[in-house]
Amino acid sequence: MTGEMKFKDEFRDKSLVQNMAANIRRMAERLSAPVNFMEVCGTHTMSIYQYGIRSLLPENVRLVSGPGCPVCVTPTGYVDKAIASAADPDTIVATFGDMLRVPGSHSSLMEQRAGGADIRIVYSALDAVALAKKNPERRVLFLGVGFETTAPTIAVTILEAARLGLKNYCVLASHKTMPVPMEILSGDPELNINGYLCPAHVSTVIGGNAYKPLAEKHHIPCVVTGFEPADVMQGIEMLLAQTLREESKVEIQYRRAVSWEGNPKAQAILRQLFEPCDAVWRGLGLLPGSGLAIRGEYAEFDAEMVLKLDIPEAIENRACLCGEVLKGKLAPFDCPLFATTCTPESPVGACMVSSEGTCAAAYKYGR
Amino acid sequence: MKVVSRDGDTVIAEVDGVQREANITLLEENIDIGDYLIIHAGFAISKLDEEYAEETIRLMREVFSEEDMA
Repeated sequence: MTGEMKFKDEFRDKSLVQNMAANIRRMAERLSAPVNFMEVCGTHTMSIYQYGIRSLLPENVRLVSGPGCPVCVTPTGYVDKAIASAADPDTIVATFGDMLRVPGSHSSLMEQRAGGADIRIVYSALDAVALAKKNPERRVLFLGVGFETTAPTIAVTILEAARLGLKNYCVLASHKTMPVPMEILSGDPELNINGYLCPAHVSTVIGGNAYKPLAEKHHIPCVVTGFEPADVMQGIEMLLAQTLREESKVEIQYRRAVSWEGNPKAQAILRQLFEPCDAVWRGLGLLPGSGLAIRGEYAEFDAEMVLKLDIPEAIENRACLCGEVLKGKLAPFDCPLFATTCTPESPVGACMVSSEGTCAAAYKYGR
Repeated sequence: MKVVSRDGDTVIAEVDGVQREANITLLEENIDIGDYLIIHAGFAISKLDEEYAEETIRLMREVFSEEDMA
């Protein structure tokens, strides 16, 4: 078997996926009540829509999308801060592309850029350090958004800027950590989550062990799952098997990429640069200990400390139901703005912006 | 993505004919040409394990047995 087959083609094999779907239907016949399985990973959201996974499942096995898209959970106030920073002509704002269209209270970075602000899209955060090196007379501010997958990469850029002795690089950090919101949603009786498809990429860093307290405390089965269609189907099979055995433990379906311990080097760099902090999640509110703040030793690279931005309180669009979509309480199609006033070209809410957003995936691939 | 070349902490990795540069400082493992990596925002975050990939496919091809569901 070649590597390409082993790591990709086999996991997209249609007949394999269909066999697994038949198996899931057989297993589901033995359920005493319908089950709700939640995924909390933007890549899963995309994959589930792209491959039409929901259409392969019986009615009593429901998939719900949770807060797995980092751009989507970034609060409006953060976008306002980014926009305020970009107003300074001596500042270059560097960002991953999907932050550009996210609406702030009055505008987006895209609109600001059209108005002349210097906002650059980078593929890697290290590109932002290179920009700082090339433009010593200007400040480069990087928008640090993402979960445990992205945070270590941002940490590397701060270490690199320190090594190069750069005084003009800083990060506006809004990193979030994953198990916390799952913990909050697990206790929500309205959602009644019976199992988690735990994120693929985040888990390569934090490892399967990170979900053990959640599985034990809330008696919810957790399966760390890959994002190819056969992976997702197997993750669902494993959750169903646990449900039928009345078990609630952590299993790793995505074993080829995820270990129980995770990536120790990434974890160490993350801990070196960041410390846990309370963080505001769009839709979920302030969650204690769910964010990552840059440690005091690295304050010179922390945009919050360097700029001391004081901005007015954010204004949320009250018609936007992203908050309910992020909690899994509403499907995109339940929102009256979906595909009417809110589209990927002209998004009202963050879930329509990022390619990993539930609404963007639903818009692109349909039901 | 498959590693096609390496220069210090930087590799070129390829999938479907598309090549990307990636930084490997976040990986503990030694990385060689021909290894498969998961790349996120310009950084390799995990090296794929061939044995586990084969094992997963084998399990997928097996239908869950009655004991699994009991």
